[in-house]
Amino acid sequence: MSEDKKTKSEPLFSKKNRKLITDPLTDNNPVTVQVLGICSALAITVQVEQALVMGAAVIFVLVLGNLIISLLRNLIPSRIRIIVQLVVVASLVIIVNEILKAFMPDVSEKLSVFVGLIITNCIIMGRFEAFAMGNKPWPSVLDGLGNGLGYTILLILVAIARELFGSGSILGAQVFGDSLNETGLYALGYENNNLMILPPMALIIVGIIIWIQRLKNKALIEDH
Amino acid sequence: MAINKEGNVYTIGFAFVLVVVVGTILSLLSVGLKPIQLKNQEIKKKIDILSAILSPEEMNKVTRKNAEEKFEKYIDLEKSVVLDYKGNIKEGIDPFQVDIRAEHRDKTLSIEDKNFPLFVGEKDGETVYVIPIVGKGLWGPIWGYISVGEDMKTIIGASFGHKGETPGLGAEITQPFFVKRWYGEKIVFPDGSPAKFEIVKDGSGKEPYKVDGITGGTITSVGVQEMVNRGIKPYVAYFKKIKK
Repeated sequence: MSEDKKTKSEPLFSKKNRKLITDPLTDNNPVTVQVLGICSALAITVQVEQALVMGAAVIFVLVLGNLIISLLRNLIPSRIRIIVQLVVVASLVIIVNEILKAFMPDVSEKLSVFVGLIITNCIIMGRFEAFAMGNKPWPSVLDGLGNGLGYTILLILVAIARELFGSGSILGAQVFGDSLNETGLYALGYENNNLMILPPMALIIVGIIIWIQRLKNKALIEDH
Repeated sequence: MAINKEGNVYTIGFAFVLVVVVGTILSLLSVGLKPIQLKNQEIKKKIDILSAILSPEEMNKVTRKNAEEKFEKYIDLEKSVVLDYKGNIKEGIDPFQVDIRAEHRDKTLSIEDKNFPLFVGEKDGETVYVIPIVGKGLWGPIWGYISVGEDMKTIIGASFGHKGETPGLGAEITQPFFVKRWYGEKIVFPDGSPAKFEIVKDGSGKEPYKVDGITGGTITSVGVQEMVNRGIKPYVAYFKKIKK
């Protein structure tokens, strides 16, 4: 890699390094542009809280995993590199889970379902293979952070739409009034849209976000 | 000496070292953290039992720190008993240590060998009985505690838990709005036989022995129905005996 030689003198937050964080937030978003990690985006965007917890967990695993893979990149035999990456993700997730169970049991309970989802999240393996295997540790950490944040932002956007219109609340706080006692908007005949809490709606919302993003940035439109 | 990084020896050696290192870290971590995790589980169980007696508002004051103290205040483990499936008392078993989830999972265990703990406590001068129940939801196990008042019939509180039901759908069984739908229901039919609850979709949950289900969480709701109907049987038999 030619990059390896010149990064010595590069400042920690050079323009190129900053782009590693900012790019995945918008024009190279792992979900809307690379279309990775869709499965978990459908599964856990019913409520904002779950999306936040999942986002934090993925950021953590992605940053640490990218760092480890990048440190080992010159040692990993290419024939078993995918297995090595898998071992790193799986071990990290187990370590995180064990520590949470011991010291933050309440968070651990919330996360229980997602632990398996983190391991299978294609963004993680994708970044290991596409970036960390060929780049130095610091840029890899930034790349992990950027992609993790890009994923989290999308999850939150979808979750806000789904929780607001599906359950009438944000982070569990009733926004439109109380649907059981018919106060607030519900008194006027408003009803929650039950379709919003079902998985197909997440796909449609992701589709709408992808559409809006490509309307704003024509360069993202793929040729057919 | 240059090492051939693509050679078989290096590849196998790398895999070996990786597995040994990762295996060691994981097993050390697991063994080292076990005692703390077990303690956490015990506290969690106490919180779950408490939340079947106390209202959601009162539960806000219960934290992991004061759970043990509150547990001793409300639950009398000396009076608590372990039953068999016919409602007879089994001697010599600590009710708190019975793991009904493990017993439910164990397919080799016949119903005669299963233990049914009953926690007895006191709230506002009245005796309360807490019935632990376990069943299966859509993705995994669900469980709960149902507490009945001094008349040994009326449900005065409940709490439900799950391992991995869908957030926003099946997982809503833990929410106060669903739990409160069980308050006031009777665990026996007027003729004294164990009640059979029905989870309904048509909004008729206000009627006796009927409870409104959760939209989008039908399978989990039905799991709760099955778990309650099966779970209360030994206790109804026991209550009948001690009332005589």
